[in-house]
Amino acid sequence: MTNYQKWIAFETILRRELRRFLRIWPQTLLPPVITIILYFVIFGQLIGSRIGTMSGLPYIQFVAPGLIMMSVITNSYSNVVSSFFGSKFQRNIEELLVSPTPNWIILLGYVAGGMCRGLGVGFIVTLLSLYFADFSIHSVPITLGIVLMTSLMFSLAGLINAIFAANFDDISIIPTFVLTPLTYLGGVFYSIDLLGEFWRNLSMLNPVLYMVNAFRFGIAGITDIDIIWSFLMVGLSSAILFFTALNLLEKGSRLRS
Amino acid sequence: MKNSNCPALSIKRLTKTYDDSFQALKGIDLDVAQGDFFALLGPNGAGKSTTIGIICSLVRKTSGSIKVFEHDIDADFSSAKQLIGIVPQEFNFNQFEKPIDILVAQAGYFGIRSDIALQRAEKYLRQLGLWERRNDLSRNLSGGMKRRLMIARALIHEPKLLVLDEPTAGVDIELRRSMWDFLREINGKGTTIILTTHYLEEAESLCRNIAIIDHGVIVQNTSIKDLLKQLNRETFVLDVQDDLSDCPLLPGYDVTLIDKHSLEVEVAKTQSINGVFEALNEQNICVLSMRNKTNRLEELFFDMVERNLIQSDGSSFND
Repeated sequence: MTNYQKWIAFETILRRELRRFLRIWPQTLLPPVITIILYFVIFGQLIGSRIGTMSGLPYIQFVAPGLIMMSVITNSYSNVVSSFFGSKFQRNIEELLVSPTPNWIILLGYVAGGMCRGLGVGFIVTLLSLYFADFSIHSVPITLGIVLMTSLMFSLAGLINAIFAANFDDISIIPTFVLTPLTYLGGVFYSIDLLGEFWRNLSMLNPVLYMVNAFRFGIAGITDIDIIWSFLMVGLSSAILFFTALNLLEKGSRLRS
Repeated sequence: MKNSNCPALSIKRLTKTYDDSFQALKGIDLDVAQGDFFALLGPNGAGKSTTIGIICSLVRKTSGSIKVFEHDIDADFSSAKQLIGIVPQEFNFNQFEKPIDILVAQAGYFGIRSDIALQRAEKYLRQLGLWERRNDLSRNLSGGMKRRLMIARALIHEPKLLVLDEPTAGVDIELRRSMWDFLREINGKGTTIILTTHYLEEAESLCRNIAIIDHGVIVQNTSIKDLLKQLNRETFVLDVQDDLSDCPLLPGYDVTLIDKHSLEVEVAKTQSINGVFEALNEQNICVLSMRNKTNRLEELFFDMVERNLIQSDGSSFND
């Protein structure tokens, strides 16, 4: 395949992914928006007004970056895991496997689709959050950099989950039992300074904490941890996940008999 | 294509052992010439679909090599895949997509621009009678339409080698005939076709050469004509004019009375059919028409099983 043909193949996968989640927008775009509005109303306004400030910020301004990041993480992950597993389940993944499209293009196509949904939902949630909270962006490069890398990382993780999944239970186990606890305990709703030393140290093992803090720093200029570590951790994790996913596709694990 | 005289498909010492230790292929060798219409026959579990799966890289081989127009499917996978179109046995497209979108996307995976893909999609959907249904959800198509959609999808990148894994399974007779005409037409234009089928009439009607695979081994690889020469006996059904109350005796022939107007006569390869007519004529029995009772290839297949050329494990050829 020439580079131009590879570009067409990538564009085709991406267009198919976009069409998929836009066609079923009541399942893909609407629920996260409603969920985030409820978070803003309950945690931001009703409970948040009684909490006062967190790390020197009004509570609603403190949680807004975490809620945006949470929507990016869950949507990037769930788009790839459901789309790729759906293709495996219906066996239309074979359309790609019999084609000359290189595995790295397949990988990039699905990941780009996941990132489009994750970032798209993140953008909608950001617009909504402006209704509930006033905030300006402290650093555009840091904000965009970390949100892009986070979306990339969780799209890759979603793809690996989908490759290993043998049934529909397998694509809900990780989001329910791993992703949700990590997100809720990842500093979205509180500063880790509130925790005792043991729990604070334990929280430092949670990758979501680094992403949420880097994003909060990009928007509000405050963070519980050094954001250099955030970029290093997310970058390194993304690289490991990328090569793991590519290796699985090359070997045809769970895809070819 | 590297060489204009090279085989369309060349398989050397191909083996496949699945994770559960089942050995599906035990070192098969097979060459299919360019422009051929080739049948791969065998009972269920013989290794046909495994062979096809390996050719189109849905199944990983254990050892051996496959070349498509001299392009090795491992070393030169991109060129090899550009030359192959596959129509699988089971529906494997997104049932929630429209036929037109399925075809254009498939073309995209082969690096074909969407404007060209749309032209080709229209051409093949029209030829296969699906153009009017191009914007319906594919899950709403009938079984025959879904099968034709998979043929159109396999042709969208205009492959030189088309591999069909039981393309007419579950398709009614009329539609089967029209699909045969379509396949003959594209074969006539130069596309090499390999077909696996349970319908032996299909292989006999369409194909020039044939390989019979059983228990992962190719037991016959010859032309259909030469294979039919191996047929030891045929069964004919004769329709007679007058009512028959008893089965007539025809010396040297096995005869069975089916009903008052029909006889079944077994004729060995060494016997003349004229002898049957002469014997019937002597008994004043007038024959109105005559036909083969069963497909000749099917008879041959079972004959080969009887002669232990093919191992019989009780698997049915038609199930």
